[in-house]
Amino acid sequence: MIYDVIIIGAGPAGLAAAIYAGRAQVNGFVLEKMSPGGQVLITDFVENYPGFFEGISGFELVEKFTEHAKKFGMAIENGEVGSIEPVGENLNIHLTDGKTITTKTVIVATGATHKKLGVKGEQELTGRGVSYCATCDGPFFRDQVVAVVGGGDSAVQEAIFMTKFAKKVYLIHRRDELRAIKILQERAFSNDKIEFIWNSTVEEIIGKDQVEGIKLLNKVSGEISTLKVDGVFIFIGIEPTTQFIRGLVDTDERGFIKTDEWMRSSRQGIYAAGDCRKKPLLQIVTAVAEGATAAFAVEHDLE
Amino acid sequence: MSSDKIIQVTDADFDEKVLKSDLPVLVDFWAAWCGPCRAIAPVIDQLAQEYDGKVIIAKMNVDENPATPGRFGIRAIPTLILFKDGKVVEQITGAVGKTVIENALSKVSK
Repeated sequence: MIYDVIIIGAGPAGLAAAIYAGRAQVNGFVLEKMSPGGQVLITDFVENYPGFFEGISGFELVEKFTEHAKKFGMAIENGEVGSIEPVGENLNIHLTDGKTITTKTVIVATGATHKKLGVKGEQELTGRGVSYCATCDGPFFRDQVVAVVGGGDSAVQEAIFMTKFAKKVYLIHRRDELRAIKILQERAFSNDKIEFIWNSTVEEIIGKDQVEGIKLLNKVSGEISTLKVDGVFIFIGIEPTTQFIRGLVDTDERGFIKTDEWMRSSRQGIYAAGDCRKKPLLQIVTAVAEGATAAFAVEHDLE
Repeated sequence: MSSDKIIQVTDADFDEKVLKSDLPVLVDFWAAWCGPCRAIAPVIDQLAQEYDGKVIIAKMNVDENPATPGRFGIRAIPTLILFKDGKVVEQITGAVGKTVIENALSKVSK
């Protein structure tokens, strides 16, 4: 059996590709290593997806996408891709459980995952006060003191979210101004529970069995200080989930897949859409648009 | 819709069902508000089928059962803890792919 298309990843990009491919009756399915959703699942609130002006939870939105893809006949199968091997005109997808799927085209919609600080204590204390998901772990920090690290939209949004639980939230940022959009900045600045620590980086996370504090370096004064916190929430950006395909397609130095405007990668038959692709704006709305474009390109190129 | 092979554990019966179990037990600490917990649920279901008779797969709702997560220092979910003979063999935090969990399970099942 040779499929026309296999879509890897069931986040917004993959599910949108599935809706378009399914509707165009292209023969294939979606492969997902967990259940549909991707990073959207850890977002408590999406308020910039068109039509949902009152906001919608990441989970609900993705549930709608999933139902929509299924409605047009695209199955979502459980499986984790180990590698992709070009064989003649086709591509063999090797799964980590040993199975192989042969297809004419692949849409890589594997998204991205949170970046780590890479400091002492981070790995050891993950799940013991170090977290990358405020919506998952926020309730464990009721009436406690937490630090949120980062200055982008995610960091600021999650810092605001954490004030629902924590009695105090420090927002630690390496620059002297936030990168987050104005509306989020204004909400954070007017929130009494949030205190900003500028020009500072986390050098170490301290704690034996649980997070007890963090060591901070002030980049301007060179001063090292210790801040007592019960939790550290890290939102310093993302890295693409593209390890399995590096070397096969062109990527930038961080691993984001380069494509043309049809979402075609440097290798024939392989397309990329969503956060794993090199582009200026990583949002649900752009992921969805790219998924649709990739499915359209697949249909066009197969003819 | 979780698999019928999965058992539910509470603060009240945790010692009995998990620590005193003859078979190794994998406990999935979860809550309804947690997106990644939902994300790994189908993987947990599959493992419950595949390891039936070898490893008991259990779930604990941390909202309804705050004592046990506290006992094991859990401050993030999903957290999976694999117990054998009443002791922690492995602890996995966050949503991970099936192979990561299978690697842990392979340490206790033959």
